[in-house]
Parts: sequence; structure tokens; C-alpha cells
Amino acid sequence: MTTFRFDGTTYTAQAGDTLAAALLRNGIGLVGRSFKYHRPRGIMTAGVEEPNALVTVGEGGRAEPNTRATDVFVYEGLVAKSQNRWPNLSFDVGAVLGLAAPALSAGFYYKTFFGSAKKWMFYEYFIRKAAGLGNAPTLADPDRFSQRAAFCDVLVVGAGPAGMQAALDAAESGKRVILVEQDNILAPSLLRDRQEQDADWINATAERIRAAGGVILTRTTASGYWEHDLVTLTQRISEPGQIPAQGVAQRLWHVRAGQVILATGSIERPMAFAHNDRPGVMLSQAVRTYVHRFGVVPGKRVVIATNNDDAYKSAQALKDAGAHIVAILDARPAPAGANSGHRVYNDAVPLSTKGARHCLKSVSALVDGKAMDWDADLLAVSGGFTPVVHLHMQAGGTLDWNEDAQAFIPASSRQNVTTIGGAAEPQAIFQMVPVSSPKKSFIDFQNDVTLADVDLAWAEGYRSVEHLKRYTTLGMATDQGKLSNMAALGRLAEKQGVAIPEAGLTTFRPPYTPVTMGLIAGASAKDAGAHVRRLALYDLHAAKNPIWQPLGYWFRPRAYPTGGETLAQAALREAKAVRNNVGMTDVSTLAKFEVSGPDAAAFLEIICATTVNKLAVGRGRYTFMLREDGFVFDDGTVWRLDKNRYLLTSSTGGADRMATHISYVRQFLCPHLRVSAVNVQEHYAGIAVAGPQAKAVLATLIGEEPPRHMSTVPAAIAGVPVIILAASYSGERAFEIYVDASQAEAVWAACEAQVNEAGGALYGLEAMEFLRIEKGHLVVGGEVDGRMTPHDLALDKMLNKAGGYIGASGLARPALSEAGRRQLVGLEAIAGDIPEGAMLIPSEGASPQGHVSAAAFRIIAGGSVALGQLTDGFSRHGEILIASSPTRGQQARVRVVAPHFYDAAGERYRD
Amino acid sequence: MMRIPCPHCGPRAQSEFIYERTVDSVVPLDAPSQEAMTKLFTRNNPRGVDEEIWRHTYGCRAWMVLTRHRVTNEISECRAIGPEALP
Ligand SMILES: [Zn+2]
Repeated sequence: MTTFRFDGTTYTAQAGDTLAAALLRNGIGLVGRSFKYHRPRGIMTAGVEEPNALVTVGEGGRAEPNTRATDVFVYEGLVAKSQNRWPNLSFDVGAVLGLAAPALSAGFYYKTFFGSAKKWMFYEYFIRKAAGLGNAPTLADPDRFSQRAAFCDVLVVGAGPAGMQAALDAAESGKRVILVEQDNILAPSLLRDRQEQDADWINATAERIRAAGGVILTRTTASGYWEHDLVTLTQRISEPGQIPAQGVAQRLWHVRAGQVILATGSIERPMAFAHNDRPGVMLSQAVRTYVHRFGVVPGKRVVIATNNDDAYKSAQALKDAGAHIVAILDARPAPAGANSGHRVYNDAVPLSTKGARHCLKSVSALVDGKAMDWDADLLAVSGGFTPVVHLHMQAGGTLDWNEDAQAFIPASSRQNVTTIGGAAEPQAIFQMVPVSSPKKSFIDFQNDVTLADVDLAWAEGYRSVEHLKRYTTLGMATDQGKLSNMAALGRLAEKQGVAIPEAGLTTFRPPYTPVTMGLIAGASAKDAGAHVRRLALYDLHAAKNPIWQPLGYWFRPRAYPTGGETLAQAALREAKAVRNNVGMTDVSTLAKFEVSGPDAAAFLEIICATTVNKLAVGRGRYTFMLREDGFVFDDGTVWRLDKNRYLLTSSTGGADRMATHISYVRQFLCPHLRVSAVNVQEHYAGIAVAGPQAKAVLATLIGEEPPRHMSTVPAAIAGVPVIILAASYSGERAFEIYVDASQAEAVWAACEAQVNEAGGALYGLEAMEFLRIEKGHLVVGGEVDGRMTPHDLALDKMLNKAGGYIGASGLARPALSEAGRRQLVGLEAIAGDIPEGAMLIPSEGASPQGHVSAAAFRIIAGGSVALGQLTDGFSRHGEILIASSPTRGQQARVRVVAPHFYDAAGERYRD
Repeated sequence: MMRIPCPHCGPRAQSEFIYERTVDSVVPLDAPSQEAMTKLFTRNNPRGVDEEIWRHTYGCRAWMVLTRHRVTNEISECRAIGPEALP
């Protein structure tokens, strides 16, 4: 005995019950309210196709909304709540007022959207309140979701008799087999049909499959069939809302199969008649499942409506369980059902139902042209069988029309997949046409679409089935039309006066049943959403407890506050140390490429838009790179370390992109060059030492005269070989020291000792940003935003006159150097602080003419300064503009100036 | 997710690869401006077989040319390129 709660009341369930079975066992027929019209709904099926009985299961972060009560097995303490009702399930204001019904006919959303915006805004408030399913949980899911890759020779989907036999044959012929079943038992259809000898066969077969090395996964749904026979499986390890025993709630499998066998069976179809959505109307096989598998008899006085033989098995099951079969309405002419021992009416088609207090009270039908009715508390319906062809169609298959079964069956496939069993050979049925008023004849129960809605769409000119689907929202609910699509197709074909196969089909898309977001995210959730790369010197930084900042995949110290400093205070102190004395920082994350070989210079002149081959050995220069369309996409420095050996640096954030670009150019555009381009980003750690004292500090460290600006020498620090590059990003005399990352700690320690000795400081990214903005240096991702040409950034004088670089032909397009383009400018505040990201406007209310890409202040002199892009900015120096940021509620009056606020002549670089 | 037969590593999952572009949109270094822009911005996008450049980024890192049917995803050829594949 298991206890569970539904809408606050505690009930008991039997072992093995689904929530639906347990609710029926406790006499609960009303389980939910419908999506649009708030109509009372009960349990219609016993499987994953359930459209009505959607509940929220579990609490807090484990809550799973829109869970089918037929697809969750009761566990001790399960908590379920009904959805889309207020204030409670049996008294729902929306339904009493009929709020939504007149408004939400087919195409309502389209008409309202295309009508007027005001009208939509008026309706939206009410619709959002009235129409809906369960609420998404707001707390984080405490459980884990794992993912697993697997390979097999044969994947069998569906452990019915056909699937189990196929799995057994494959496994015993030596193939690696995976057999999956969405239910928690094998061959549930045999249990439904209660053939006593079957239990032994199921157990024996499962044992033999396992003995032959096969893997059997129950509670596992093949939810998607992708390219090249990749099938995703969603495995429930714990039930919705249940605390998992080992912490893992679900597992997503990626199975690459040699061959896939689909034994997915079929889904029973409802019939279209008025009030066919009332609690108490169930599918015939579902009724039989409740009776035989769960021992629950869902009604005492039963009417059965059918167009096939299968429903007679349900009649027998009900009768054996003590229910009274009032009538069997058989759409087929006599003598169908004649020898069944039940009261059979031939040529009988249901018309409508009546109810009282959310229960079924009576059923009416047209029998041989005459209306009749019967008192009943259960109506079991069988409108035929729809093969489950979803996976076959996801695999890119085609369908054939089976006239006897009035159903589509799998035909050819372009992948290695075959369909067997009931999905390939559905039972024969009699073709029937709905006779009752279409208005309350539901075909899509979950989205509340009736035959009348299909008729309306037709009347308004929607002919294609894809248009019909979108206009009525038919088949677009969480059940994806598993019960509804064939009824809609039938109606559409009837309207068109064609056979069903000519009416067309909508696309089958994964997943077959809904998948939780946690399963898709898997282990990549939360902090693991992106991988983290750590600096070689991470531990040394971490010991100083810096403020960290993400930069690409890296984390770098943003500032090193001491004694209760704020970020701004620390960064200002660090920047002042660089301006007045000396500072050092970790620049290891810069992209670095070692380019060598006889054609190294020629290769670099293809990658870089500047000249390279004029560099003398031991010299370096600033450089930048263009995309093929002529826009600047990165910048850096290039150094000639030896005759045929260069070091190229570029931005941290663009490092992976640059590595791909260099590789592409080398392999595709210049395979004949004798050159090797190696990514050495993580091979070298980098330390920058900058400031008026930098030269003295470095001289002590390397024991010789440091190289002059834009020169490079090999040296040794603390006995470790290093490469010294004399380059500056701060505006001060500065050096970058590159060292094998595995030996970087000793070099860092030696540098830090000397910097401290000189009274300097460590500095982080924030101070670096202040320094480079004041000096007017560009940053990729800031000023270099993918929309700026070399002309726009005033880099055009550095372009290689000989051309031949990537982007030269793109840059030659006249529009890229015409007037009217945004150009790089400096901005200094006249009043107020310049907000970063602000737009630049000539006056209040005017259109923006540019924006602020980076804002800071003069480190020593004070005053807000910024870099920005401004239309025709080069010729507008001296103009006064407004830098306005409505989102921050800040603005400043600014003067347009040259983008250099510090040592414009560059004298501080030189010795 | 496709299975791509890397000429160096054998069949691997598509998630190990990165798509670059179609072969016909490779801009040769010496292409005149007009031709270069046509290759960049005027693509064929055939409903059928096309040649595409992929890279086995999370594997051997080599580039390759795939002959792929863009509707059925059938891959009829995957050949190595680059200096190693030169005659
Ligand atoms: Zn490879």
C-alpha cells in the first residue's frame, strides 16, 4: 500500500499503479481543466498519448508540470496537483463564466495579432490568466541529469511481443542489442489482453536476451531519431517529482545503432461526437488496461462504441469484472458482433453525451438513422488504430496508406530502420464519418480544437494541412496530436472531397514525448555551462584574493584590493602605480602563434594587413587582421625572433577564432607555402611590467640592458629562459615576458620581488582598461566591433600597400571608405561622467550618431574621458555632443577630440 | 547528429567537428574584388549534393571536404585536404 496526495487530499494506491490508475481506484474521474475552455476533463487513455489528465507532480525544484497522470507511477509520498483551474478543480471560475469560449475560436490569435495591436494588448491579460497548462517551477532542480553515449548493432524500440522476439533473435545471433520500453514493465499489451501463458514467455524471453548480452532498458523512451541512425533515449531513473535514490533523476542516451527496429505498436483513436471530452469517456484499450493490469473497473454501466473487433475484448473484460455492458454501438453493418453475447447495435454512431457533477450520465447515438440513448457512467470508444510512425518519419521515411486500417503505415526509409508488429500491420476497421454537431466534437483535446474549428478554417480558405494546423493550433499541444491528427485529416479530406492520403501530412518532430529541460542540459548546467580555463599562475593570484573577471573562457584578476578597498579604489591605485612607478600583470591569455619556415613572412603578410617582411631580426610591430569582407577582426603584435621564426600575438577573446582562421588560411589558401603555424597560447605564460621604473626593474631581472621599444631579446630570469618583448599597451615604457608556462611561477616571483622593491604594485584588468583608454589603444570587442574598417579606426596608413592580405579585395569596395561612416573619436566630458555604452546625440531627442565604446578617466589629472564611434568623427573634433544612456538614466555633455588623452607624442615609450 | 567519416580518425560524431563553409565559397587569395564578393555573399545553397569544408576540431584538428546531400545528409565522400593531401 502506497499513499499519495492529489490536490491536498491523501489517498492510497496499489503497487504498480500509475497515478491515473490510482485516481480511478479512488473514484476520481475529474483530473484537470482544458486549455482554452476550462472544460472538466478526466482520464482518457492509459498511456503516453494522454491529452487530458495533465498534472503537476512533485514540489519545489522537483516539480514537473504537465505530467501525464497515465505516465507516472505512484511512489510513497507522491504529490500531484491539477492545473489550469481557479479557485479549485470542481469549481472553476473560468468555466462557470465561460470566459474564453466565445473569444477563442480557431484563428483567434491570428485575427487578433493582425487586427490591431491595442486589441491584442487588451485580450492578452485575460488570455494569459485563462489559457494555460501547469506552471514551470521557479526553484533550481536539486537533482542530477546524466548523459551517456552507446553503440549497438541493433536497437529495438518497444518491448511488445514483436519487439521482444526481434531483440531475442538479434541477441542470440551474436549482435549487440539494446531493447527499450517506455513502460515500467515488458510487453504491457500482453498484460492488457491477459493471456495467462504470456507471463512465462515474457520472463523467459527477457532472460534469454540478457543472457545473450542484450541490454533491456524499461522506463526509457526513444524520443528522437536523428541523422545516421542516432537515436536519443530518455530514461527515467526516478519518477517525476521523486527523490532519486542515487541522485540521478534521468539519463539521456545517444545511441548510434547499426540497425533500428521499431516495434512501437499503435495508438487507439477516439471518435468525434458532441461532448466526447467528458470525464467518463475513455478509449477502449485503456479501459481494458485498467481492468486487467491494474484491477480497476472504471464504470459500472458501460456503453461501448466501436468500428472494429478489438473493442469486444474490452466488453468481455468489463463483463468478467462485473460491470454491466448496456450496449455496444458498432458502426459496422450486421452481422458484425452478432455472436459476441452482448447487446449489439449495428450501423450505430455516437451523437452526444450528457453528464452530471462531472460524471457521465447518458450516451446518445444514431442507430440505423434513428436516435437512441442509454444511461451509462462509462463510454469506451474505439475509433481504430494509428500506427506509431513518429520515429520512422523522424528518420526521413515515407508512408503508405492502408485502406483496411484507414491508417498510414511505414513505407521506405533512407536510414537503416524497419518497422514490425502492430505499427506495420494495424487492425482493420470500418470507415465512419462523424454525424453529430461539430461544435462540441473535440478532436484535439489538449488544445481544445473541435470539428467546427476545422470547418471554420476551411471556410476561411485554409486548404493545406500545415496551414490548418497553425491556424487552429491542432496537434501543437504537448501530445503533438497523437490522438487528433487522423481525425483532422479525415475532416479535411472530406471537405476537399479527396481520399485521406491526398490531404497531406504534417511533419513529425522530436521528441516523441516531452523531455525535461534538465535532461537536455545534463551536466552542463549551472557553473559547467562553459568550460573554464585556468591561468598557469592561478594559484599565485588566488592567494591574493583578487576580484576575478571572465575573459573568453578564462578568468583573470580584475583588481587586487587591499585593506577594504572597493574595486574602483583598488584599480585606481594600481593604475597610478603604473603611471608613477611600475606595475605588473598577468597577460598569459593573449593568443600566441609561432610561425616559422622559409615562407613565414609571406604567410604572415597574408594573415596580417600590415607589412611584416621588412622587420629586422629582433624587432616587432603592431599589426591587425581583416576578415575577407574587409573589416578589422583582431589586432596584436608580430615579432621576428629569428630569420625564419616569428611570434604573433592577438586578442584573448578572439584566440580560438584566430587559431581557426590561421589554420584555414594555411590549409586552404596556401597549402604550398613552406611554413608551420603553431598555436602556443598556453605554452607560454606572459607577464607585463609597465611604468617609468619598468626598464630599471627589468635590467635587474635579466642582468643586462633591456631591449628598446618594439624590440625583442631572449634572456633569463631566475635561471629560467624567457623571451622579452618591449611593447606597451599602457602608454608607459613596458615589457612583456614570455616563459614556458610550467616554469612561470619562479619568474613571476622574481618579477614581483623587484616590483615591490621599486615600490610598485600588481595591476588587474580594470587598471589595464583605464590605462589603455587614456592612451587611446583599441580593444577587440570594444572599438574593434566587427563593423569598423581600417579607415574607420585610423589604421589605414599602416595597410600593406602591396596588398595580398586577407580582406584586401573586400576593403577595396568603395562603400568601405566613403563619407558617412562611423569613425573612432575621443570624448572628454564638459559636465558629468560619460556613461559607457551611451549613444551620442547632437541634442535632446535627436537620432544617435554614434556611441561610447569605453569610458574611463584621466588617471593622474582626473576628468571623465572615453573612446567612441561617431559618424564622420575625424572631421568633427571640437564639436559638443550629449552622451546619453537612457537605460542607466545618465548623460554627460562631451567634446569630440582626438582619441589620445595621454602622451600623444609617445615620448614615454622611448629611453 | 551526423556521423562523419574523418579520413584520419574514422567515423566520429558530428559534435567533434566544426563546419566552415562550402567549397565554392572559398575566396582565392588572388580573386578580383568582384569575384571575391560574389563568392562570399552569393551562395548556391543547392537542394541536393554540395561540397563542404569541415574541421575535426575536437579530434585530429584536420580539415576535410565532405560531399553531403543537404536534404538526406548522405555523405558520399570525405577527403583529406591541406599540405598532406597535395600531390
Ligand atoms: Zn580526425
